[in-house]
Amino acid sequence: MDESGRPIFLQLAEQLENQIISDQFKEESQVPSINELATFHRINPATALKAINQLVDDATLYKKRGIGMFVNAGAKQALITKHSQKFRAEFVEPLIIEARKLGITSQEIIQMLGKESF
Amino acid sequence: MTKVIEVNNLTKSYRGATAVDSVSLAIEENGIYGLLGRNGAGKTTLMKLVAGHELASTGEISVYGASPVENSAVLANMAFIRESLRYSENYKIGHVLKAAKIAFANWDDAFAQSLVDKFQIPRKRLVRKLSRGQLSAVGVVVGLAARAPITILDEPYIGMDAVARKHFYDILLADYIKHPRTIVLSTHLIDEVADLLEHVFVIDQGRIILDANTEDLRGSAAVIEGSTESVDDAVAGFVILESQTIGTQKRVVAQGLKAEDAARLQSAGLAVKPATLQQLIISQTNMDSSEKVEVA
Repeated sequence: MDESGRPIFLQLAEQLENQIISDQFKEESQVPSINELATFHRINPATALKAINQLVDDATLYKKRGIGMFVNAGAKQALITKHSQKFRAEFVEPLIIEARKLGITSQEIIQMLGKESF
Repeated sequence: MTKVIEVNNLTKSYRGATAVDSVSLAIEENGIYGLLGRNGAGKTTLMKLVAGHELASTGEISVYGASPVENSAVLANMAFIRESLRYSENYKIGHVLKAAKIAFANWDDAFAQSLVDKFQIPRKRLVRKLSRGQLSAVGVVVGLAARAPITILDEPYIGMDAVARKHFYDILLADYIKHPRTIVLSTHLIDEVADLLEHVFVIDQGRIILDANTEDLRGSAAVIEGSTESVDDAVAGFVILESQTIGTQKRVVAQGLKAEDAARLQSAGLAVKPATLQQLIISQTNMDSSEKVEVA
């Protein structure tokens, strides 16, 4: 996990969410087990469990008893909505802060964005 | 969860010097606990007391509900690997493993042999002729292959290089996943092991100054940097753990910031980052031993 000092379970939950959004884990497919996640990320299994539990509480994942954890139908669209809501706070606001510091105007930013194709 | 170790108001003094000072803590079954602190903080003394190797001056220790001192029923469930263990003069690693096999009920000999290979411990050399790192590896092999329900490892990596330490952390985690048990690991290399720990105790000058779930601790403090004036304005009302100034620039470690506080400070042009576990613990330790800097 990254060195930022943020709780690891949040980082792991976010990473799994992003993997669902980018179709690395498709709906109704199985995600790695707690132990696999703990081993891969070199974290305490209790931390991996906490991340998985959060995703179960959010209805992103569901548990098939004795088999493992699976991505819920509809999870991808729900996550896209959720992440879109955070887009402004996480990406636009830091952009504005940096632009203000450098004296870059909103028109200039719009011009820059106009040159990008996405 | 079942408490396997309970310590109540424990004090240990040696001729007036207090090594462990009114410590109370509880350790539950199946978890990796970190006992963190600087050299001389009291880590080893506390572990020796829990393992029944020392007698308390005052206070109580209970392991599986009983005192560990001279208690074979308790000690059969415990592996305590000290930073410097001594072995008989003419012992080679094979002798150490044979002795350990007798001592520990859950001993896994095949696992022990594989660890000897993994850490490249020379089998033909006398244990007393091994390097410091190899000797530490012997302790790690015994401590892990014992598979004891309570495993206490006191700075088990002394003299190991970074590669061997990484092996150790990986093996510890993998084996813990396969065979969950209660592991207490004392260390001052906080960053290296932080992710493995479920719960941390920080000991400073014999006292427990922090007793917390590791994940609750993460994100509970932030490093804030900016111009002195704006930082001072911004952090008024928060607990400041550490503060440094260079020219007109100031950096503080502040506790108790919420997400909305962080966002507010950022839009005021300050750099705000969550403090790492190591930063948090170092600043708490500094605060408690104000101005005293000892070189260990």
